[in-house]
Amino acid sequence: MTFDRRRQLTTIAGQCGSIFVTLFGLLILTFVIGRIMPTDPVRAIVGEDATREVYENVYRQLGLDRPVWEQFFMYLRDVVTLDFGTSIRTGQPVLQDIIHVLPATIELATFAIIVGAGVGIPLGVLAAVHKDRWQDHVIRVFSLMGHSMPIFWTGMIALLVFYAGLGWVGGSGRMSQFYIGLVPERTNFLLIDSALAGEWDVFFSALNHIILPASLLGYSSSAYITRMTRSFMLDQINQEYITTARVKGLSQRQTIWRHAFGNIRVQLVTIVALAYGALLEGAVLIETVFAWPGFGQYLTSNLLIGDMNAVMTCVLIVGVIFIALNILSDLLYRIFDPRTR
Amino acid sequence: MQTPILEVSNLSLRYPGASEPAVRDVSFTLGRERLGIVGESGSGKSTVGRALMRLLPQADLSADVMRFEDVDLLRASERQMLKVRGARMSMILQDPKFSLNPIRRCGDQVAEAYRTHVRCTKAEARAKAIAMLDAVQIRDPERVFEFYPHEVSGGMGQRIMIAMMLLTDPQLVIADEPTSALDVTVRLQVLKILDDLVRERGIGLVMISHDLNLVRNFCDRVLIMYAGRVVETLQADALDQARHPYTRGLLAAQPRIGGDRTALPVLDRDPAWLTSETHS
Repeated sequence: MTFDRRRQLTTIAGQCGSIFVTLFGLLILTFVIGRIMPTDPVRAIVGEDATREVYENVYRQLGLDRPVWEQFFMYLRDVVTLDFGTSIRTGQPVLQDIIHVLPATIELATFAIIVGAGVGIPLGVLAAVHKDRWQDHVIRVFSLMGHSMPIFWTGMIALLVFYAGLGWVGGSGRMSQFYIGLVPERTNFLLIDSALAGEWDVFFSALNHIILPASLLGYSSSAYITRMTRSFMLDQINQEYITTARVKGLSQRQTIWRHAFGNIRVQLVTIVALAYGALLEGAVLIETVFAWPGFGQYLTSNLLIGDMNAVMTCVLIVGVIFIALNILSDLLYRIFDPRTR
Repeated sequence: MQTPILEVSNLSLRYPGASEPAVRDVSFTLGRERLGIVGESGSGKSTVGRALMRLLPQADLSADVMRFEDVDLLRASERQMLKVRGARMSMILQDPKFSLNPIRRCGDQVAEAYRTHVRCTKAEARAKAIAMLDAVQIRDPERVFEFYPHEVSGGMGQRIMIAMMLLTDPQLVIADEPTSALDVTVRLQVLKILDDLVRERGIGLVMISHDLNLVRNFCDRVLIMYAGRVVETLQADALDQARHPYTRGLLAAQPRIGGDRTALPVLDRDPAWLTSETHS
């Protein structure tokens, strides 16, 4: 068994190495983005009317007079010490801004992916089992709609119907105006903070506000998840081991869930992780429609005014999120498929 | 012959979207004996096996009689079939590489066959499965129980398949090309195990194959199928006295060890075979 152990260690070491290389590449990329953007970082700080003297002072302060490789090492040092600079737009350290906006997006994305996978996977399986029958057609139309309706439009319609019309859910923002500032910020995940503080009114207000945007995002990613699940499942249904299970006397439902489903889990993990990553990048449109103070809005508004410290950090974070999701799905592969162990 | 286990009369089956039926007017009865069904690829022999298990719900199936013991296979509901499949009749599939679920342990898959039909604890099913793995001559069955399908060889995989399908003491086993995917060296060994168990337990066996010699050695009777029809039914030891030109053609097309190396004869197909049937 020592051989197995050694092989495991090599695999882990190899994986750490590839993560390191990816991260380094990512840092080079963000650095280059910071240099080649057609905005003048100095101008952005000092403004249009600054004197030449002030301009050059800041120019030196930012280290722009030094060679590029030295600038890159300064950037590396800053990143390692978690110093991402100050956002020009908000005047606050970028890290502090991110700590505020990212949890809002994670909360929304997590809620949305639960809805998306929770709806998409069963529908995909159902469509595959009833291929070419009415269930399949209905599900395909439903998922095509989720795919093709622009989300800012569905967002506005849904707000009109469920908030303004029926009053079933909260409107824009993360909670009702009334509660803002009531809950101490610990994790910045509103649902968690309010539950920790025992403020159940705030908790339900937050739930009321997240449910509509999360469901809409979930619906649109469920469209993709449904289609992929359906095609994964169709591949499995035609396999011989499914016949074996049927021959053993298992019902169709048992065959699907006990045998076929286990074999699509690895593929499902991959696409759900990708869909989750896309949601974590921030859904700018839905965040705008619902006035959701999230990552997507933060990134977009900073990009538009050329606030480079913030933009570079955001790009870096998106990269790290995808690396993390990849590691997570690799781990799940190992759990779900004995052949990869 | 005692009362037949299986009685089939004029079974026809057409796959959805196909213009021609895959099986037409197939009739036979089976007692506690071993019946071979032989034919080339696409002759409908596997389809007959799957039709008997009622595994082709989309296909258009018709027959005058299709009866297994007291079960009317034509009219049995799916719920009734669930009690029959795997318990009283089962089927051994061709290639263990594909017919075992790749992500579940071999032993669990064997035990599942038992647990589906018998109320018992996990430990009882496990013990039963291990005993059966032992019966198919797997050494160290406890260890093999824990293996995943990719960790066993083809021969062992097929023995696991046999264990899984005989565990519930079925009356009828359909073996669909049980050894075609195996190495020649283990083929006979696996067949011997299957044959011993089938005789010992008095199971009715339908052996689907394209290998005339194999069927000659391991079956009592042989049906020869061509283009979805039974063209000839023979006693296995009388195979050489076959009268149908198709059967004679198949026999003539076999290579012989030590024979001269001239080109093997190619079947001369007569359209009249599609309509006639001879018995001997």
